[in-house]
Amino acid sequence: MTAAAQPQGGLDRAGVPLIDGIDKVTGRARYTADLDHAGALVGRILRSPVSHGDIVVLDISKALALDGVVAVVTGEDCASTYGVLPIAMNEYPMARGRVRYRGEPVAAVAAIDAATAQRALDLIELKLRPLPAYYDSNSARAADALLLHDNKPGNIEREVHNEFGDLRAGFEAADLVREHVFDCAEVNHAQIEPHACLMEYDPVSGRLTAQSVSQVGYYLHLMLARCLEIDQSRIRVIKPFVGGGFGARVEVLNFEIIAALLARKVGGKVSMQLTREETFITHRARPQTDIKLKIGMTREGRFTACACEVVQRGGAYAGYGIVTILYAGALLQGLYDIPAIKYDGYRVYANLPPCGAMRGHGSVNVRHAFETLVDRMARELGLDPFAVRRANLLTAPTRTLNDLMVNSYGLGDCLDKVERASGWRERIGRLPRGKGLGMACSHYVSGSAKPIHFTGEPHAVVALRLDFDGGVTALTGAADIGQGSSTVVAITVAETLGIALNRVRVISGDSAITPKDNGAYSSRITFMVGNAAIDAARQLKEILVAAAARKLEAGPDQVECAGETFYVGSGAQAALSFAEVVKAALVAEGAITVKGTFTCPPESQGGKHRGGAVGSTMGFSYAAQVVEVSVDDATGLITIDKVWAALDCGRAINPLAVVGQVQGAVWMGMGQAMCEETRYLDGLPAHASFLEYRMPTMAESPPIEVQIVESHDPFGPFGAKEASEGALAGFPPAMVNAVANAIGVDLDALPVTPDRVVEALIRRRREARRGKPARAAS
Amino acid sequence: MHEPLPRRHKRLLRLQVNGRWREDAVADGLLLVDYLRDVVGLTGVKSGCDGGECGACTVLIDGDPVPSCITLAVRCEDRHVETIEGLAGNGRLNRLQQAFHERLGTQCGFCTPGMIMAAEGLLRRNPSPTEAEIRTALSGNLCRCTGYAKILESVQAAADVAP
Repeated sequence: MTAAAQPQGGLDRAGVPLIDGIDKVTGRARYTADLDHAGALVGRILRSPVSHGDIVVLDISKALALDGVVAVVTGEDCASTYGVLPIAMNEYPMARGRVRYRGEPVAAVAAIDAATAQRALDLIELKLRPLPAYYDSNSARAADALLLHDNKPGNIEREVHNEFGDLRAGFEAADLVREHVFDCAEVNHAQIEPHACLMEYDPVSGRLTAQSVSQVGYYLHLMLARCLEIDQSRIRVIKPFVGGGFGARVEVLNFEIIAALLARKVGGKVSMQLTREETFITHRARPQTDIKLKIGMTREGRFTACACEVVQRGGAYAGYGIVTILYAGALLQGLYDIPAIKYDGYRVYANLPPCGAMRGHGSVNVRHAFETLVDRMARELGLDPFAVRRANLLTAPTRTLNDLMVNSYGLGDCLDKVERASGWRERIGRLPRGKGLGMACSHYVSGSAKPIHFTGEPHAVVALRLDFDGGVTALTGAADIGQGSSTVVAITVAETLGIALNRVRVISGDSAITPKDNGAYSSRITFMVGNAAIDAARQLKEILVAAAARKLEAGPDQVECAGETFYVGSGAQAALSFAEVVKAALVAEGAITVKGTFTCPPESQGGKHRGGAVGSTMGFSYAAQVVEVSVDDATGLITIDKVWAALDCGRAINPLAVVGQVQGAVWMGMGQAMCEETRYLDGLPAHASFLEYRMPTMAESPPIEVQIVESHDPFGPFGAKEASEGALAGFPPAMVNAVANAIGVDLDALPVTPDRVVEALIRRRREARRGKPARAAS
Repeated sequence: MHEPLPRRHKRLLRLQVNGRWREDAVADGLLLVDYLRDVVGLTGVKSGCDGGECGACTVLIDGDPVPSCITLAVRCEDRHVETIEGLAGNGRLNRLQQAFHERLGTQCGFCTPGMIMAAEGLLRRNPSPTEAEIRTALSGNLCRCTGYAKILESVQAAADVAP
């Protein structure tokens, strides 16, 4: 491993606006639904009306006969499964033989307009023989339950069992051991852009051009080749502007493959734009999770052991499920020093839309349970929650029990900053009735050190082009989905070359032009693609310096650079402008292309135990936050008055964007904590609109004060780590802890809706009447 | 496709879009969002939900912010419809556009056109809104990226700039 690059110029400490920001504020940015749809047919999907059933009749003849219908496809048109994990592809783009959730695609039509397509769907005859369906983990796991997938006994997709350290000794050494059960509702990404794609197939050349909302164009490329049996060289995947992802679009989604199948069948262009309801049904988000957590703690607040059982209701197909259940266990570690940890995880199939990856993948619900239980134990022991965290800090560099690298660690500074900013010491315990403060910590990976599709290639490749115009073009497959990753690439290139930011242009996400990239997931882009961009820029710099040396008749080591000026000595006589250096570099060479790479070394890729690669990363981000609440104990309504969050992102390459990402992450945690929940009535989504799926509006959203902690990661680009996910998981427990502080009741289920608060208050009153001690001291 | 499509009843709609008068034949049931996107080609108007839930399609009709996805195009006869595309002029961004860009009031950008139009409507009728007035005025516009913090900042900054 080589040490991290240091910036040449000095990063702009205020940060810079997004390089594509002007396009967004003027309405010029073209998202998938805004592309040129001339000549495109409209694709629509027929979905299963039942949660579980065998397909008895699927007759498309009447639909095909309808004027204006050009093609109909069904499960018969694609016998290939698809999915993101090579070991767990058990899903067809359209059901074959059996449907396993309400809303699963069964057939699709391409027609001249939406109304015709809709009429055609109504003409498809679909008869199903209903089978027993399961909507919760317990009933799916029952001994007599029908299996959703024959090779998965007990409807368990994956069990994980591991134990690190001496658990028994750990619990024996504890002065206080507490075990508690938590229930976190399923939530959804709810990115504002509905799913959409535009697929164009040219029957003459046999080429497919796919434009879609994907976060990982490379996966889409692979799956289109697999499902359509087209050679990869004849597919081009382009990512237009993407209106948010949060994990929704990491996996290849059924509608993308279906639209491509239709495009090939019609020999032309098919547009598929899902409704909001369909976008919710496509799902792939955070699963409903039951957590049983046991923690041992000494009188001083030192953790001695932790045992955690997690059951995730994963939906009807594998999706990312194996990774999610592994993450939930792996990321018990890496935040604190815990001497012994046991983890038992169960990923369960149920007759609901498949879950997948969502911001804070796998870590959020377990972190909620941990930080909430720790807070309760601290109260029992009369300890300050900050002191408990400080008693268990790691020291970097270190390796966790499960062999994850911790190379930089700014959690202590995060704690200091939010404690001070929130006035914790002066205010805790002294707030008026109904007001409370709570805190929690969290962390997340800066990219998975072992990619899912392991090919032996570098983790990231960035190409830089320089031509006669003196513009530097960065070519990257990394998907900017609004998080500002293209801006990070531009900044790292400009900083390394010492040139103006607006000299750099970033072209991203087009498989015909940009190098393959593993895409926007697990917060990998800043760390991995940033490092690759720096590598490329250093090479380009060497070329430029050598050219300047030739022109100035000096040795390369004599050439100095000040921004875009290259000079020798004092520079008074011999100085070249950037344009002159570029001109010199192109002599006898022509256009210059260099390629930079980044690879996570094997020692960063986790333990040797089964699933040990999940959670592995070269840099964890760390976050602490304090939440202040007001609780109305008559209505149960919680108001978030303010949030103070601090994030250790190693080094803020773009501080403006770091603050924005942390605010967004905290706020998304707030939605999950207060009001977001996907609900199903016999498998029918009862949440599939923005009116039913309640996320906080601007009127309910608090000020979120963000402080940046820079621990200067030894391997991050300029010392940077991720900034987009780490702060999310801290909000729900910090809020629940604040509610306990405000009204003295402990809440175990997310979201903490007003009715749950009122119920808890009523329960406490009853218990008080019966003479039972209240569960929490106020 | 042997028969021609049945003729749909259409009427001639005359309205101003971003300061220019135009006439189009539109079906009675055509939604304003579809008219603006598909007929006029103003794809800055976004559609994020199944009707009236998210505010991404917000445009101004005679200066008032309206969700164009639950408004019929024919209701705009003789009225002035403004979209995000009409805000910048003479090579300059509008003050809200400038503030949203500089202060990161936009991340993925999908809610941004609707958000800016709603804010524009607010600032025209109330040039110096309080924080609470901004929060109320924009509470019908959902954003999933920012937590609204920098959107609030952007609108406040724009309000401090004379139009």
